[in-house]
Amino acid sequence: MEHPRQRQLLYLGLLTLGLVAPWLGVYTVYLMTLYCFAIFACAFNLLLGFGGMLSFGHAAFFGLSSYVTGWLITSLGSSTIVSILGGVVASCLLSVVFGYIAIRRSGIYFAMITLALSQIVYFVCLEASFTGGENGLQGVHRGSILGLDMAQDSVMYYFVLFCLCAVFLAIERIIESPFGQVLKAIRENETRAESLGYFVNTHKLIVFVMSATLAGFAGSLKCLVLSFATLSDVVQSTSGEVILMTMLGGAGTLLGPVVGSAVVVTLQNTLADKVGSWVNVIIGAIFVLCVLVFRKGIVGEILAYLKRKER
Amino acid sequence: MTDLFGFPVPVILGQLMLGLVNGCFYAMLSLGLAVIFGLLGVVNFAHGAFYMLGAYGTWALLNFLGIGYWGALILSPLIVGCLGIVIERTMLKRLTQIDPLYGLLLTFGLSLIAEGFIREGFGASGQTYPVPELLQGAVNVGFMILPIYRVWVIVASLTVCLITWFVIERTRLGSTLRAATENPQLVQAFGINVPLMVSLTYAAGVALAAFAGVLSAPIIQVSPLMGSSLVIVVFAVVVIGGMGSIMGAILSGLLLGIVEGFTKVLYPEASNIVVFVIMAIVLCWRPNGLFGKG
Repeated sequence: MEHPRQRQLLYLGLLTLGLVAPWLGVYTVYLMTLYCFAIFACAFNLLLGFGGMLSFGHAAFFGLSSYVTGWLITSLGSSTIVSILGGVVASCLLSVVFGYIAIRRSGIYFAMITLALSQIVYFVCLEASFTGGENGLQGVHRGSILGLDMAQDSVMYYFVLFCLCAVFLAIERIIESPFGQVLKAIRENETRAESLGYFVNTHKLIVFVMSATLAGFAGSLKCLVLSFATLSDVVQSTSGEVILMTMLGGAGTLLGPVVGSAVVVTLQNTLADKVGSWVNVIIGAIFVLCVLVFRKGIVGEILAYLKRKER
Repeated sequence: MTDLFGFPVPVILGQLMLGLVNGCFYAMLSLGLAVIFGLLGVVNFAHGAFYMLGAYGTWALLNFLGIGYWGALILSPLIVGCLGIVIERTMLKRLTQIDPLYGLLLTFGLSLIAEGFIREGFGASGQTYPVPELLQGAVNVGFMILPIYRVWVIVASLTVCLITWFVIERTRLGSTLRAATENPQLVQAFGINVPLMVSLTYAAGVALAAFAGVLSAPIIQVSPLMGSSLVIVVFAVVVIGGMGSIMGAILSGLLLGIVEGFTKVLYPEASNIVVFVIMAIVLCWRPNGLFGKG
């Protein structure tokens, strides 16, 4: 995948697949859910794979944005675009606060702190009046964007696909920018990056906010796709799921999170009604396998294989 | 009866008592986490799952084998400790040379597996466990009524915490352990079986969690998810206390339990988040925790 030509061909192929998928008889709501989680995982990967920071509380941003979008539509009757923006801005602001606190520690502690902070959001969503408590917000209308009626699944599908492509390209751009290079330097050797004169904490905070904001975008879209926002969006296990998607696909690779979310969402969709609680056991087992034998993830292993073959 | 902050004193004392009981669980769990982290460098996400397994072990021993509370108090931590050794030997051992984040992820996966199995086997709803006969009832100490079982939980867990502290800080075994935390290669060169010590430490840490699980069985609903929310609070406790100190883990556990109990009286809506908010404040003020070094 080192050759730009090959990479462009692969992207084009995937895009074509995405464009024709509804005509191949694939259920569009399933695909849209998948794309939302793919955006979520790509955003998460920006932080874990390229910033080297493991957040265990990213569901807070995903879920908060989902709730804010749902609330703006159901209670204030805002337009779809405004509601998405509202959700994204809310998670962006939240991430500035959380990021400011969490980047004071790194590694293991960073993970524990983000987890604990996200738990605040969970309990607020559980108890606050605007979230509908245990029931969540139901019946969120998709409305229309630029005159296009989003209530039609086929129209919504192309909108979500467009969003996924836009986020994907934006992240690719960020990583290849000078900012992204500094990030990689910090990930590899924080002390050295600092001694070279880079403001390590500023960079960390910026990438944290970027990642959380994009995660919020994914949450907003998910709320629109499924027409509801519930506690399962903010709960800790959702934070775990996005970690799994990213790790399974390959942290630090561009396509990894997309592949990982495809695998996990498909697993959940096909297994949930057949095996009940075993789905948790299966997800846990994949986690264990990923850590013990499969640390590069699917895309990471393929890239490593291609590299070996080239030699 | 006199009032304090506009609340009757017995209500406040009652909540403080509950807070202290919770604080004891926080103290035992964060102590185990700190000991495991010290020697293995692993943040044991499965700690909550081991706590849950300890409680289910107690329940299962009574319902399937007819072994009562006192037997379970010994057997359940032993069984869970053995499970811990197996996990350490087969999985955690392979992760010693790499980023400690993988240990966190592995144990997270393990806790999902444990919760899934228990939920499939015993259902998602809670099981109840009777308070042992010897500890039933309550005593009136004049200013409040003390349920005997809760007093027992406090006494038992404080005793276990102090024994653990004594063993680690004041005995020869403990000094070897602390030396191995600093420099495992050197300690091994002195002829001490460090891998065995690592396994046993992990076992002891998770057995401590299981012991807390046994103690909690008669006072809470024994359910598959009882540990997963607790472990997050314990993480916050550990961040507040600083993971390097044994006494710090015990003290901050107790303290936060009491603060949480107070919040339940003053502003119940915030009682679930008060520990996390305190963590945020402590991090802004002392990033290494209250008892942390450096």
